[in-house]
Amino acid sequence: MDLKLLDAVASREEEEAVAGFAGGGRDQLLPALHAVNDRVGWLSQGALNLICETLHVPPADAYGVASFYSLFALAERPERVVHVCTDLACRVNGAETVCEVLTEHVGAAGKARGGVTWLRSPCLGVCERAPAALAFQAGDPATTELVAPATGASAVLAAQRAPSASDGAPPLLHQKDGLRLLRRVGVVDPSSLDGYRATGGYAALRTALRMGEAAVLREVTDAGLLGRGGAAFPTGRKWAATAAQPAGPHYLVCNADESEPGTFKDRVLLEGDPFALVEAMTIAAFAIGARQGYVYLRGEYPRALRLLRNALAVCRERGYLGVDIMGHEGFSFDIEIRRGAGAYICGEETAIFNSIEGFRGEPRTKPPFPVEKGLFGKPTVVNNVETLVNVPLILTEGAAAYRAIGTEASAGPKLFCLSGNVERPGVYEVPFGTTLRELLALAGGVPEGRSLRAILLGGAAGGFVRPDELDLPLTMEDARAAKTTLGSGVVLVLDDLADLGGFLLRIAEFFRDESCGQCVPCRIGTVRQEEAIRRVLAAGSEERPLLREVGGVMRDSSICGLGQTAWNAIESAIDRLGALR
Amino acid sequence: MTIVDIGIPKRLVEFTVDGAPVRVPEGSTILDACTAAGKEIPTLCYGDTLEPANACRVCMVEVEGSRTLVPSCSRKAEPGMVVHTDSERTRISRKVVLELLGSATDLSTTPDVDRWMAETGAEPSRFGPDAATVAQPAIVDNELYVRDYEKCILCYKCVDACGEQWQNSFAITVAGRGFDARISTEFSNPLPDSACVYCGNCVEVCPTGALSFKREYDKREDGTWDESRQTATTTVCTFCGVGCNLTLHVQDNEIVKVTSPHESSVTHGNLCIKGRFGWQHVQNR
Repeated sequence: MDLKLLDAVASREEEEAVAGFAGGGRDQLLPALHAVNDRVGWLSQGALNLICETLHVPPADAYGVASFYSLFALAERPERVVHVCTDLACRVNGAETVCEVLTEHVGAAGKARGGVTWLRSPCLGVCERAPAALAFQAGDPATTELVAPATGASAVLAAQRAPSASDGAPPLLHQKDGLRLLRRVGVVDPSSLDGYRATGGYAALRTALRMGEAAVLREVTDAGLLGRGGAAFPTGRKWAATAAQPAGPHYLVCNADESEPGTFKDRVLLEGDPFALVEAMTIAAFAIGARQGYVYLRGEYPRALRLLRNALAVCRERGYLGVDIMGHEGFSFDIEIRRGAGAYICGEETAIFNSIEGFRGEPRTKPPFPVEKGLFGKPTVVNNVETLVNVPLILTEGAAAYRAIGTEASAGPKLFCLSGNVERPGVYEVPFGTTLRELLALAGGVPEGRSLRAILLGGAAGGFVRPDELDLPLTMEDARAAKTTLGSGVVLVLDDLADLGGFLLRIAEFFRDESCGQCVPCRIGTVRQEEAIRRVLAAGSEERPLLREVGGVMRDSSICGLGQTAWNAIESAIDRLGALR
Repeated sequence: MTIVDIGIPKRLVEFTVDGAPVRVPEGSTILDACTAAGKEIPTLCYGDTLEPANACRVCMVEVEGSRTLVPSCSRKAEPGMVVHTDSERTRISRKVVLELLGSATDLSTTPDVDRWMAETGAEPSRFGPDAATVAQPAIVDNELYVRDYEKCILCYKCVDACGEQWQNSFAITVAGRGFDARISTEFSNPLPDSACVYCGNCVEVCPTGALSFKREYDKREDGTWDESRQTATTTVCTFCGVGCNLTLHVQDNEIVKVTSPHESSVTHGNLCIKGRFGWQHVQNR
């Protein structure tokens, strides 16, 4: 391929940012774009040209990729940007007030003034401390400051001075007893491998290496572990199918692109127990025969990035990653972190592949499925963070003991993210089968003096549950029978004062914003859905038949789960809560 | 003597379409099978010379056992599959997808779409007068072809033809995302500054007229474009020795457009700048 490059020339700073990528290939495109955006704050034509020359990528292609991600700017932007979360949980907790104060003191969203600009952001994944803001300062190195909970004043302060390089407070757990998945969070130093090992860390990998690949596959299958990312696919089956593929190499991808509004459980695991994920991925790699793994981490998680980077470096140094892991001859494995750049769709299992490979994060058509043709066209396992962190538990407790937790069809412990109008928002770990009422009680219920209006279960792609349905046991099968879903574990509580219409509009805006645009039902359907909801809220017009028809076709004919679920929550609000009439 | 490549022998796959048994060679898509059986499934983004992008979702069919509808252009037929091409679900989906497209895009130069709209009862206007559209002025930045993106349905065919599937020029891409997704050069720079080599293969595959030859665009603008007065004659290009087939479209004794037969084993519908655009000398009288 002969490249026709742009005439534009890169600045010295841009050159320095790209220098480290010499000899790289297209799969370094996303990291290279990050490097320049981090250093300078935006991507000029000169910088893009240099990246294209270095990685041998056509400029139009690189532009198509860069313009796909919301964290990259392709027009000059100030070095300091404050991202204010206006998504579901933050909205319920006063994000609009933060925006109003910022507008008054810093100017309109997106307008540069005095070296700073602020932007409305989709869910930042710190819903337990809503409303949240994330300040970003370009430079060498770039710094970030998480302000959560944010007030108008603290957000303005974050805009007015350089970020304090604080990546937020460590995760706080309200729950103390009976924890498995979360037992180290807030207790063990997440930067210390010795702390991890002193609390049972790496016993599971030792067990796995002793048992052999086939036995690990059997154990995970027998444990009945279902994927925790939302689709609830049996993990053992996915692993065994990949392990059995003759084509090589095999890849392992950890989906840490937790972008479902109201979801923050994976962040809590990554920040509180990063070594557990590294160990779990190493076990998975051993079982499926992978030498290379990727953690696709959302770009908005600076604390998780810092701690995971540290964990990988320490593990490499101590022989827990690399060649002949734990002295097991012939077993080599390493992990690379890929930072996302602000695109919810990249949590879709095949969009992740495109993103890692340096293409637009658009989902691929299935079949073929990832177990057969995944990352770089090779057999690949994609697992969510929470799913993987269950694996060491299974190997240390044994499949039978693990299986005894929860129900027959939904085995094990489950994390739920409580947010919204709830007394003690946070991540809670309960066995599958706990009722919604019990879970709500753990978090203290709605604030005193208020009453429960509804619960959004499963996230923006999930559905609403009414106050009279609180005895719903939280299992995959009971949720399905009740025509709802546990999704990624979102339990977003709305009280009697919540603005349900505005909340639904935000859900519709979210899907319109986050559609990749590849297929017609989703690209245009999400726009028509939002327009119809705006009309109902403004003029009270009857839009339910139109919403149903468009929603049904989005569900039936979209390429991927984003479009297929973009109408779920709104449909359930109409059917179960009597909304939009 | 003509040598016909019959390829490796293939097994036949048996499945059911609309209640009737169908046998097709292994690897055929549902759309292939239906086309062979004389059944029309509407499609916009399907390109007979390109890998299916299955982005338009007009050709969706119902496959028993599948949670969602499936794109017939890319789904391979499997033994025992039970397919419905004209069920209630497929009819509603086709109607709404056409309505969504018609409400956002100018489909006035898209062949067959009016008929499909009528057949399905699609009414794009029901989304109201304020429905967002992709309306924008046409881009005329060179003398060879025009980009009129308010007609673009984002079928990806031009990107695929320009990129690794045929031309390897990579001059255009899909940029942005969601409703803001659009075909673009890098930083929306003018086409003459891009990697475009003016092969016109993107125009050849465009299904809606969003890309059109300048001559055709001008004649449509001044109202003199009339396909009923045109003849098409296939001949061999004389510029080099490759022997590409050219189809000359002639109106009123004047060449107005050059295409290439998609079934040609030399070009598969593709040409270079000379074959596609180098015809003015023929009519310098």
